[in-house]
Amino acid sequence: MEEQISKIKEVAIEEIKKAANAKELDDARVKYLGKKGELTAILRGMGSLSPEERPIIGSKVNEVRDELENMIKKMEEEFAKLELEKKLKEEKIDITLPSTKVKRGSKHPLNRIIEEVEDLFVSMGYDVVTGPELETDEYCFERLNLPKGHPARDMQDSFYITSEYLLRTQTSAVQARTMMANEEKTPIRVICPGKTYRRDDDATHSHQFSQVEGLVIDKNISLADLKGTLEVFVRKMLGDNLELRFRPSYFPFTEPSYEVDVSCFKCGGKGCNLCKQTGWIEVLGSGMVHPNVLKMGGYDPEVYSGFAFGTGLDRLAMFKYGITDIRLLYQNDIRFLRQFDRLDR
Amino acid sequence: MKLSTNFVKDYVDIDVDVKTLAEDMTRVGNEYDEAGKLIDATKLVVGEVKECEMHPDSDHLHVCKVDIGSEVLDIVCGAPNVRKGLKVIVALDGAVLPGITIKSGGVIEHDDKPRVIKRGEIRGQESNGMLCSLLELGIEHKYVDEADKTGIHELPTDAPVGEDAIKYLQMDDEVVDFDLTANRGDLLSILGMAYELGAIYDKKVKEIDLAHGENNEDINNSFKVEVNTDNCSIFLARKVKNIQIHESPIFIKNRLIASGIRPINNVVDISNYVMLETGQPLHFYDADTLKDKIEVRMAGEGEKLYTLDGKERVLSSEDIVISDGEKAIGLAGVMGGLDTEITDNTKNVLIEAAIFDGVKVRKTSKEILRSEASSRFEKGLDPNRTYMAIERACKLLEEYADGEVVGGTAKYDNSNLKNREIEISFEKINNVLGMNISKKDILDVFRRLGFEVIIGGKKSNFTESEKDLENCLEITVSVPRRRGDISIKEDLIEEVGRIYGVDNIVGKLPEMPMKSGSYDKVTRGIRNKMVDLGLNETLSYILVNDKEAKQFTKDDTELVSLLDPMSEDRNTLRHSIIPSLMKIYENNKSRNNKDISIFEIGKAFYKRNEEYGENNKIAALMTGDFYLGVDNKKEVDFYVIKGIVEELLDYLGYERRYSFVIKENQMPDELHPGQSALISVNNDIVGLIGRVHPSLEKEAVYVFEIDLDKLLNKKVGRMKYKEFSKFPSVKKDLAVVVDRDITSEEIAVLIKKAAGSNLDKIDIFDVYTGKGIEENKKSIAYSLTFERMDRTLTDEEINNSLTKIIEMLEKKIGAELRK
Repeated sequence: MEEQISKIKEVAIEEIKKAANAKELDDARVKYLGKKGELTAILRGMGSLSPEERPIIGSKVNEVRDELENMIKKMEEEFAKLELEKKLKEEKIDITLPSTKVKRGSKHPLNRIIEEVEDLFVSMGYDVVTGPELETDEYCFERLNLPKGHPARDMQDSFYITSEYLLRTQTSAVQARTMMANEEKTPIRVICPGKTYRRDDDATHSHQFSQVEGLVIDKNISLADLKGTLEVFVRKMLGDNLELRFRPSYFPFTEPSYEVDVSCFKCGGKGCNLCKQTGWIEVLGSGMVHPNVLKMGGYDPEVYSGFAFGTGLDRLAMFKYGITDIRLLYQNDIRFLRQFDRLDR
Repeated sequence: MKLSTNFVKDYVDIDVDVKTLAEDMTRVGNEYDEAGKLIDATKLVVGEVKECEMHPDSDHLHVCKVDIGSEVLDIVCGAPNVRKGLKVIVALDGAVLPGITIKSGGVIEHDDKPRVIKRGEIRGQESNGMLCSLLELGIEHKYVDEADKTGIHELPTDAPVGEDAIKYLQMDDEVVDFDLTANRGDLLSILGMAYELGAIYDKKVKEIDLAHGENNEDINNSFKVEVNTDNCSIFLARKVKNIQIHESPIFIKNRLIASGIRPINNVVDISNYVMLETGQPLHFYDADTLKDKIEVRMAGEGEKLYTLDGKERVLSSEDIVISDGEKAIGLAGVMGGLDTEITDNTKNVLIEAAIFDGVKVRKTSKEILRSEASSRFEKGLDPNRTYMAIERACKLLEEYADGEVVGGTAKYDNSNLKNREIEISFEKINNVLGMNISKKDILDVFRRLGFEVIIGGKKSNFTESEKDLENCLEITVSVPRRRGDISIKEDLIEEVGRIYGVDNIVGKLPEMPMKSGSYDKVTRGIRNKMVDLGLNETLSYILVNDKEAKQFTKDDTELVSLLDPMSEDRNTLRHSIIPSLMKIYENNKSRNNKDISIFEIGKAFYKRNEEYGENNKIAALMTGDFYLGVDNKKEVDFYVIKGIVEELLDYLGYERRYSFVIKENQMPDELHPGQSALISVNNDIVGLIGRVHPSLEKEAVYVFEIDLDKLLNKKVGRMKYKEFSKFPSVKKDLAVVVDRDITSEEIAVLIKKAAGSNLDKIDIFDVYTGKGIEENKKSIAYSLTFERMDRTLTDEEINNSLTKIIEMLEKKIGAELRK
């Protein structure tokens, strides 16, 4: 009997080993281990054995059966693996084919610049404020120390609606509004980005353009504070390690007034076509708030001082993105707009 | 202001090249446009035409033998005025002339490429140089004679052959064209420039020569000056008799040319020359055309005057006029009258030196003529210079027009000649500049500027040492009237900063309490959302034409228009952003750009009850294909743009608070009547949406606009977590056939009403018309989700709800269940 079992085992192992695929393997399993299988038949025929033999033969059959089952299981796994590999091979694709596009929208480059400037100043504790674009002569000029008939009004030829209302020529108009709105006359730290309008239209000027204005008022504010602030601003927007140069100038609402030049970010100050060989590029107008402006805003110029600065955002956007013609900013060609759709790190 | 460096060197000793001068001036706040030689050319000599024959192969060229001292050159010349014996300017072989093109009438245009003269052959004849006109040397046509415009320059017969022609012409000048700031009227004079340069280079300014003789008559015996307006602070008049009118001496002519003023004759030129020197405009009258007085007054309304350009001017009470006691004879500070002007026959001259109110002159001159004179009045003048200028004019008329100066000055003087005194502390100066400049250095700045400083009641001689100044905290600075721009402490601080320099300031940040800054998060959020949705942001002009401005709106406000527009195209402030987007769409379409989906956030303007206002609006325009996500391309239709609006409103927190409604008579004509709606939030109209009317645009273009101010005024609660059901939900499909006119919203309302709180969600998954459905009907298929917060619904409950829904739809709108 035991010999018979060993024989079955030997033949079965041979047959299982020979199985070339899952089907043949299953056939072998049925042949030996199935309900009518050869090994199963021995178990069934155990009734004819002596009580002493039964446990010995029983355990022998079970032993062989476990062995065969294990073997079959391993083989099955092997076949499944092969099957999967084959399937994966069939599923191989050309990964260089074009992708399915998800459409990205885009922000206008000028608004990207505005957001960047806002984020910088907000991080330094400034509030971003706004004012009307349809402004009164009072806020656009008179409260900025530019009374009617002042020759400096010519610097800003304006679009008037009536003799009192005009499109603001400068975001500085918001200075006076901010001072007036602050009834407690506490220190002020604001920027105001926005659209401005002047009667001017050529290759380098647009009748509509954007500026950002900055205003700080507190006790003991000095030109050194202005310089430090503008250094942070300019270096963040245009490049680290840039140097500033203050050139005396004239604005009716600041005294002293300075135009601020920055060392050329293209050539590093050596001289190139961008800086017209001077090594410097004019980027800002600034100065210490004129005492008359403080007074009209309700701040005592004997106690408070402040600085103000303003710059054209169109030029800043042009510098930053290498845009050579200001008109591109306002033509809104979709091929232009779509370029401003990525994170600018 | 064009500065002739030869001219200014009369008054200050400087020895720097013109570029350095220009850069140094820039550093102290005086920018320039251009700096260079008056004539930027080399190798020009005086020559004499010894022989002049016609060119054998040309009907206009001449072959000349030109003596240049060292040799005689063969030169071919095409000028009609070239002739034997003429003294000429010769450009030798290798000469470099300015790059210009001569246009019709002798107008020259500059370019950057210099012109090099080379020896060569012209139609077979040797030519060793070129004979020049002044135009070819870069002198503007308005300054040159007729001969120069059509031919070559004719030098005087005594011009020395072989000499450097530019030197001989006294045109070896260098010029800086300054772009001055509006406050520095003082720099509109050679003397002002001399003081500025003197401060930069620490040089003293020389005295101007005013010495002249005068006869023993007194003008006051026969002539009176009367001023009957507050708009004239000083008026001086002197008389010069028996003048000879002829050409000006060469240095006057050249200096005028270098300064941008055309020479006329010695008398007119002297008036301009003195204005350039002192900054004080003068007016010369032919004294024989005047009566016995001059009166300054405001013009009568409608008063008439012929100005010297021959035009009749109708004046207003805002114009200052000079009158001879009977009628106006000149517009003060702007233009003289025709009747009293200097002519070639003038013998006796009355000189006017006066200061008129800048604002008034500015107003008048804006209508008539902005001139060198009017711009000086506008910026303010120093009455000390008024005295100086009239004496200087007498001196030059005596010297260069053989005039006889009549004794005495007829005058009116209500001006302030004294220096302005301003007190300031050293501490204040350093506090504002954020620097630590020594007291001595500060005093030195004022010394260089030619200001006086008073320390403890005594005039400083600027020799004090730092130790002498130890206890001095405050000084008084006495500022001459010529610096009209300096009136307060801050102006003095600016001067210290200018002359001492602020390059050494060490930047720092303001020491202020820490706080977080704030900004408009909502606008930024809206922009981000629209970008996320795949739209491109635009930025357009707010100025549009009045026809566009009325489009896409139907409210009761008026348009806001400009008083004085630059063009018809931009005469009105936009009332809606949509017309701007339409224009952008059209421009893109004409460039073959497709699939436009754009938006803009900006201001729109209106006028109501004589009040002006502006609102923040957002508008979008969509057409062509729209990409909603991975592989989900869709042609834009009403529902796509409606989805964008809903997405935006949901994002802003208005979920379930808005609807799209149609209101008769409120829909703009520019929208498709069957595919447009108003956007209502909390039952208040905040915007509109729809397809652009096909009569306006054939292609399917969709737009929306929302008044952001109106929308954002509606409060939104904070974002909070809301519990969701723990119990399973059940989905049931339901398709009904209804009349076509019935809206999905009407059906949804009925379904909700019938199902009550068992129903969680209604989705439409199909709308069908066509085969199998009656003509006026449509089929709508719903997927209904049943779910409760408190328990699991039983099949029976759900079926009950469904039955109720069907019954309700049958009863209310005659719906049939589609099987």
